Amino acid sequence: MDLSYIILIPLIPLAVFLLLGIFNQKIKPSVSGHIGVFGLLSSTILSFYTAYQYFFVYGKVNGVYQTFVDKTTWMNFTDTLHIDMGILIDPISVMMLIVVSIVSLMVHIYSRGYMKDDEGFTKFFAFLSLFSFSMFGLVLATNLFQIYIFWELVGVSSYLLIGYYYTKPSAVSAAKKAFIVTRFADLGFLIGILIIGFYTGTYDFETLNNPAGSAILNWASTSFMGLSVLTWALILIFVGGAGKSAMFPLHIWLPDAMEGPTPVSALIHAATMVVAGVFLVARLFPMYYFVEDGFALNIVAFVGAFSSLFAAIIAITQTDIKRVLAYSTMSQLGYMMLALGVSGYEGHEGLGYMSSMFHLFTHAMFKALLFLGAGSVIHAVHSNYLKDMGSLRKYMPITNITFLIAALAIAGVPPFAGFWSKDEILVAAYEHNKLIYYVGVFVAGLTAFYIFRIYFGIFWGKQTEYEHIPKESPLSMTFPLIVLALLSIVGGFIPFSEFVTPDKAGFEAHLNFPLAAVAVTVGFIGIALAWLFYKKENNLSDRFAEGFGMFYKWTYDKFYFDEIYLFITKKILFKRISAPAAWFDRNVVDATMNLIGNSTVTTSKKIKGLQSGKVQDYAFAFIAGVVIIAVVFIYLWTN
Amino acid sequence: MISGISIYELLTVTSILFFIGIYGFITRKNLISILMSIELILNASVINFVIINKYLYPDMLQGVIFSIFIIAVAAAETALAVSIIINLYRQINSVEVKDTELMKY
Repeated sequence: MDLSYIILIPLIPLAVFLLLGIFNQKIKPSVSGHIGVFGLLSSTILSFYTAYQYFFVYGKVNGVYQTFVDKTTWMNFTDTLHIDMGILIDPISVMMLIVVSIVSLMVHIYSRGYMKDDEGFTKFFAFLSLFSFSMFGLVLATNLFQIYIFWELVGVSSYLLIGYYYTKPSAVSAAKKAFIVTRFADLGFLIGILIIGFYTGTYDFETLNNPAGSAILNWASTSFMGLSVLTWALILIFVGGAGKSAMFPLHIWLPDAMEGPTPVSALIHAATMVVAGVFLVARLFPMYYFVEDGFALNIVAFVGAFSSLFAAIIAITQTDIKRVLAYSTMSQLGYMMLALGVSGYEGHEGLGYMSSMFHLFTHAMFKALLFLGAGSVIHAVHSNYLKDMGSLRKYMPITNITFLIAALAIAGVPPFAGFWSKDEILVAAYEHNKLIYYVGVFVAGLTAFYIFRIYFGIFWGKQTEYEHIPKESPLSMTFPLIVLALLSIVGGFIPFSEFVTPDKAGFEAHLNFPLAAVAVTVGFIGIALAWLFYKKENNLSDRFAEGFGMFYKWTYDKFYFDEIYLFITKKILFKRISAPAAWFDRNVVDATMNLIGNSTVTTSKKIKGLQSGKVQDYAFAFIAGVVIIAVVFIYLWTN
Repeated sequence: MISGISIYELLTVTSILFFIGIYGFITRKNLISILMSIELILNASVINFVIINKYLYPDMLQGVIFSIFIIAVAAAETALAVSIIINLYRQINSVEVKDTELMKY
């Protein structure tokens, strides 16, 4: 398979970024928007061509999809341990290329309308291109270190874009929060990478993931505190992935990241960057599965299940529509994680892995659509809050229909995309772990409820008097909505199990009717409740909330996690550790240095009078010295 | 060789001359006087060269020739020193030692 053109997929957005970044002031906004869209369009076409070539022409040999690698050595550590730069083509990376390029292209087109008349229009497109470059690099990475480099690059792009409205203090602090929390998680990732490099002697995914390779076969050779060192490494790598994918308890940055422009939320904080954590676990899936009989994978499953439940509960009570969608994203990411966690490796056992990737794909489409729809609404009413919205279906028909399609997709209503992938996840969970299955079903109901809560709240509900009559968004914004809505409808019919499986062989996936019926029923119950509560203005929901009492309040305040973190950092870390350390630094370390410096200055001030500048004083000292030496020598000589 | 006068007496005279020069160098306030004191020191050593040549190696001339060298060098040195002093005078209108300590510390 010819890989030479694939490198262009990340390089074109990089070139666009450099072009727009360097000539920021000279390019007219209208032109820069076209450049950005055109660059991404080229990458998208190349991605589709790659996917076609891989899945239908060259990829399959004897019924198994091959892995193609093209790389050059970048840094040598030892004979075996080196860092390469290159591209790796296998089913999940090709699938991610498609996801990233479609969503990114749609967001580029959408931004031309949404960001119109913004001062930093060119800068915005430069950042979007930087992000696209980093994300393409991340999915194509051939080894752990390369993925880490691009991992940090997407983090930087995310930071830049969250803090895009840099005059708003809340945006600045949200950007810092996102960067610091994910950086903290990436520390775990880095330690995991170093452990793997040290104990297996390689960073290459190919070598690490080979079920018959030395890395997996020798997992038991070294252990630490009762677990294999590789298990520790995988847990630490999962910490990095959990930070990026906003898993509990590292989720606090994602809701705040909604301070960024809405297209950014759609692209980075819903469809692509936040799934990097899921992608990372999927990328190392054979290691997770085989090392220590999947100990680390069980952690992934339970963290994912808990996060999805936790986030879905919070999502019900939030009033900022973007925050509801953010918690929804976290919940769905938890779904993907739990699906990976319950997956097996061979044949039909790999259903969890396949359904996780499937859900990643469909979720990217309908969640990007939800965010872009929300952006369209926000663009029209200039508010993020449900209380300022209502009955918008009359004013914004296209947004209404597309948002409804996305909501049906995420609620798991057949035949929309989310139904198919969610059903596969639930089947995988049912076969592996009943507890996780019940959590999954419950979350499916919650998902249907909260998403229809905001749908009814925005497009139906109370009659709101608007200062300016809201009107439908321009074509540049509705076109991506329509495209993504179509994908949300047809996305579920892609036979994913033919293409993306852990052993890359492909299998026949069937709809499990009893389980699907349960999931759909639960989904409809959620929708019906939302319909009852929010379709018409009434006080049912308030009475219901009162029934929950304290629990409602806790949920509304997001279980006080921000406050807990603030308490830990401010009251414990800063006060008990940082403040004494600062005192020690100021009063012991700095003081010692100051003492040395100051005593030198004082002494020299005292003795500098000796240097009078009078040549005769020097001559006197010189002659006196000569005389003294002469006397001493004469005395010694004569004796 | 001067009859009736021993080398010790002559060396005593030059030593006295030398230390008069040193004393003058250290105590004078005026740069010109200091220069004159330096001449005294040089002259004491020149006389020493001649005396030692005459008394210890009467059939040789090195000491005498060397004294001529010293006189030449001293003349050059004096010319240089005087020109420095003149320039200094143009700058600060003074040839006093106490006014030339601008570059101390």
